[in-house]
Amino acid sequence: MLTILFDGVAYGMLLFVLACGLSVTLGLMNLINLAHGAFAMAGGYTTVVLVNSFGVPFFLSLPLAFLVAAVIGLVMERAVYVHVYRKPHLEQVLLTIGLVFMAVAGTDYVMGTSQVFANTPEVLHGQFQFFGVGIGRYRLLIIVVCGVLAIGLQYILTRTRFGSRLRAAVDDQRVAQGLGINVNGIFALTFAFGSGLAGLGGALGTEILGLDPTFPLKYMIYFLIVVTVGGTSSITGPFVASLLLGISDVAGKYYVPKLGAFVIYTIIIVVLIWRPQGLFSRASAK
Amino acid sequence: MTSPLIRRATESMLSRARWHPLEIIFWAGAFAAIWLLPTRHLILTEIAWLALFALSLDFLVGYAGIISLGHAAFFGVGAYAAALLAKHELINEPVLALFAAGLVAMALGFVTSFLVLRGSDLTRIMVSLGVALILRELANQFGWLTGGADGLQGVTMQPILGTFRFDMFGHNGYAYCLVVLFVLFLVARQIANSPFGLSLVAIKNNPLRAAAIGIPVDRRLIVIYSIAAFYAGIAGGLLAQTTSFASLDVFSFDRSADLLLVLIIGGVGYLYGGLIGAILFKVMQDYLSVLTPQYWPFWIGALLVAMVLIGRDRITGWTTPFRKLAAKLDWRAARRDAAAAEDRR
Repeated sequence: MLTILFDGVAYGMLLFVLACGLSVTLGLMNLINLAHGAFAMAGGYTTVVLVNSFGVPFFLSLPLAFLVAAVIGLVMERAVYVHVYRKPHLEQVLLTIGLVFMAVAGTDYVMGTSQVFANTPEVLHGQFQFFGVGIGRYRLLIIVVCGVLAIGLQYILTRTRFGSRLRAAVDDQRVAQGLGINVNGIFALTFAFGSGLAGLGGALGTEILGLDPTFPLKYMIYFLIVVTVGGTSSITGPFVASLLLGISDVAGKYYVPKLGAFVIYTIIIVVLIWRPQGLFSRASAK
Repeated sequence: MTSPLIRRATESMLSRARWHPLEIIFWAGAFAAIWLLPTRHLILTEIAWLALFALSLDFLVGYAGIISLGHAAFFGVGAYAAALLAKHELINEPVLALFAAGLVAMALGFVTSFLVLRGSDLTRIMVSLGVALILRELANQFGWLTGGADGLQGVTMQPILGTFRFDMFGHNGYAYCLVVLFVLFLVARQIANSPFGLSLVAIKNNPLRAAAIGIPVDRRLIVIYSIAAFYAGIAGGLLAQTTSFASLDVFSFDRSADLLLVLIIGGVGYLYGGLIGAILFKVMQDYLSVLTPQYWPFWIGALLVAMVLIGRDRITGWTTPFRKLAAKLDWRAARRDAAAAEDRR
């Protein structure tokens, strides 16, 4: 029972790291980015290639995965995304679906269709018992890393100068710009950082989520759920939403394997009927 | 005596509904293909149901301004409904069965519309995507009914109206699909040119203002969502009837996404967009998938990105000369313009 809870929390934390970049970019620029999963995939494949082919230690490959995904994110933001901020949502959806298809087929071409895993070090294998709760070492690592990240993000967002600028820009872009805040710069940086986090999540997630070229399509719905249920105004919203999603998904698949896939959808539908704007949104501005 | 305002409004509505010479040429060509292109009937059949499917998405995207990423849900329900009706011999006559399949999809559209129409664009995308995923999962789980991952096999279609058999070259299949498409297109044309259709465009342009001038926004959206679901269900039913098969693939995300591309190629917000898009898409697919069968999605993606970045207007801009020509051909419109100019003076 507690083990399932533990696994669910690990899964949820992972989803949070994967999706929080998406929620910030959505809140900041009102940009619907369905290609977010492609950055996660980039991070995942970076780790797999580095560890398996070049013998880079697993723990070193994680920050590298972050870096690679962040750089790709920065380049894509400046080259492609910047053109669609002011366009209607339909255009953004079309563009990002196009990017997803290109990423899927391109990865397929370069890496092959089969599912890949990174060789994780011995330390992370297996479980240990802690007051009768079976704790997977790998999942513990995920919880620790993601927990630290979540606290760090919350700190940056609420306590630093950059964070207050970011929040100001999310609240009202035009006024923020009028006050001399470089909104475009902040956005580029945030986009790159969010992509990097997705990359890190993808790298950590290869063990749990699996990694193959269809990754961005398979998990698109999960990211969307986290963002719609969690709202875009803070990172606590997506955090709680991710945990809810992770725990219910793991528990659902464990207790009612036949109906496992429906559990999360049922919850989503209930949430949407109850609070159409998401669990944690302020009176929706956008 | 009617007031000049009402007269002008009526005139404007009527002029929208008038048949353009190019439209007549278009449909004449489509029907002529029954006799002129007998070797191409299989792909023409695919074009016909795809066109109908795209037309139904145009109701949502082009008229009501709802972005849907899960339109395959209704297509799939229609396909499974048509296939199951035929397999268990509940309704043997294909036309009736097709109508029933459309109604099933419509019921689903009505129920889900309450979920989809809540919240923002993002919520709509998520919910529509989710609905399609749930249905796919349902079709997968209830293997005893749907055949699960193997698809629904052993479907035998009875002759259309009791006389025309589905032959393996798709001759009757094409004629059947084309007639269905044409009839439903006529209905769609009526809907789009009616005050109801115009109110949808008003909602798309500005929901708040539409509500302020007394349009019941939510109710209109629910109605059009159900109608679009009906059309999509019919399209799915046509697929199932002409191939005697339904599989999980009918619900796939790729189908919904490809459909958006079909609509975008042809042009959003006028009824022929989906039809022209379906022709271009299928011809392109026929050509490109021979070149690179496995990486065909890459080119779809590249096309989508290019269309957004370069701008849809510029890519579909090559049609401008044709449109000008069409305007000249339409002597009635020219005369009307002259009359309007006279009025203003």
